[in-house]
Amino acid sequence: MTAANTAVPLLEARALSFLRQDEPVFAPLDFQLHAGELALVEGDNGSGKTTLLRILAGLLHVGEGELHWRGEPMQRDTCTGEILFLGHQLGLKADLSPRENLRIAAGLFGCRDGIGVAMVLDRIGLRGYEDEPVRRLSAGQKKRAALARLLLLPATLWLLDEPYANLDRIGIALVNQLLETHTAAGGAALVTSHGAVSFHGGEPRHIRMHA
Amino acid sequence: MNRPGVATACAAMLRRDLTLAWRRRGDIAMPVLYALIVTMLFPFALGPEDTLLQRIAGGVVLVTVLLAMLLALDAMFSSDIEDGSLEQLVLAPQPLALMLGMKILAHWLTTALPLIVIAPLLAAMLHLPGAVIPVLLLALLLATPLLSLLGAVLVALTAGTRRSGMLLALMLLPLCMPAVIFAAGAVAAAQQGLPWLAPIAWLAAALVLAVVLAPLACAAALRIALDA
Repeated sequence: MTAANTAVPLLEARALSFLRQDEPVFAPLDFQLHAGELALVEGDNGSGKTTLLRILAGLLHVGEGELHWRGEPMQRDTCTGEILFLGHQLGLKADLSPRENLRIAAGLFGCRDGIGVAMVLDRIGLRGYEDEPVRRLSAGQKKRAALARLLLLPATLWLLDEPYANLDRIGIALVNQLLETHTAAGGAALVTSHGAVSFHGGEPRHIRMHA
Repeated sequence: MNRPGVATACAAMLRRDLTLAWRRRGDIAMPVLYALIVTMLFPFALGPEDTLLQRIAGGVVLVTVLLAMLLALDAMFSSDIEDGSLEQLVLAPQPLALMLGMKILAHWLTTALPLIVIAPLLAAMLHLPGAVIPVLLLALLLATPLLSLLGAVLVALTAGTRRSGMLLALMLLPLCMPAVIFAAGAVAAAQQGLPWLAPIAWLAAALVLAVVLAPLACAAALRIALDA
């Protein structure tokens, strides 16, 4: 950990805030996220957790403050493809099967070496549902189909908005396991969650948000 | 890891939108049936007088196809915004304008192309001389992608608003006027045995301009729509 801390942080926010109609959505935030770290974003409903994740993904512009990616000011083209965002809207086409949805994602983002769509769907617990249209899956299965992107696509930073919602106990354990593997491999993740989260390895960094 | 090339990504987008359209092929038939019925109304309203129908045939087919395309335009980006696919597309390490260009191409293939295919039938229903039909088809082949591209920009601009269908029609129809004038001009010239190449060339020039600029404008407008 000490070696990682002295290195340039993957992501650094300095007095970051977002303005909606000239009103700040959350109090200015300062945090650093290094490779191999996991951060849990906490806050009440409406405290701006989703907004923060959308800013970090590059979907919303930074209101005030600065955002740095590997020590450089964060711009759209400096980190394309390195960030994987999973929001409330899962980004799945309801008329397509999980297999087809993943193929499209792989076509746009690329895929990790030696990992295939079939393998990923098996691992995420959708065996037997690969060719079922997503509209016929349960909410938890839809979530799993979206989470399968985490296994398939190459990315350094994961931004996960409520990844545990709708999942059963096995699914929650699976997400924790994915996060553990990802951070162990030098990736980083920002996760928002309402529920109590217990990780296997180490205590996550906490980012507390205030409206 | 292996990053996909632009060609792979384009193919993935195109295949995705065509598959989606095929899964809902009932929606493809809708504008076609609409155009068929609207064209059928004209002889009923104006009387089955050959010379009159012949004179208005080209214009009627063009305007009918335009209105039929307008029906399907609204849905170009709305489902992608609702289910979050657009967010994923914006975040993908691919040129957004090009990806949206593929979406527009898929949209043209699934809405305009069926209309062009039945256009000879529509023209025949209004007694347009057979010799003029190739000119009509050529005009449609150039005018319909122009409408798809212009429409896509406006759909992207009105993406955030509720019930944008009517607003879209009010904004798009005035912009379509040059396309309608040149396309109808070419058909009228061919009908009178005059040279018709000049209006077709104007349409082609406008299309080239739109092909280059419209996807860029779409990309900018959709980024703004998401940033709100």
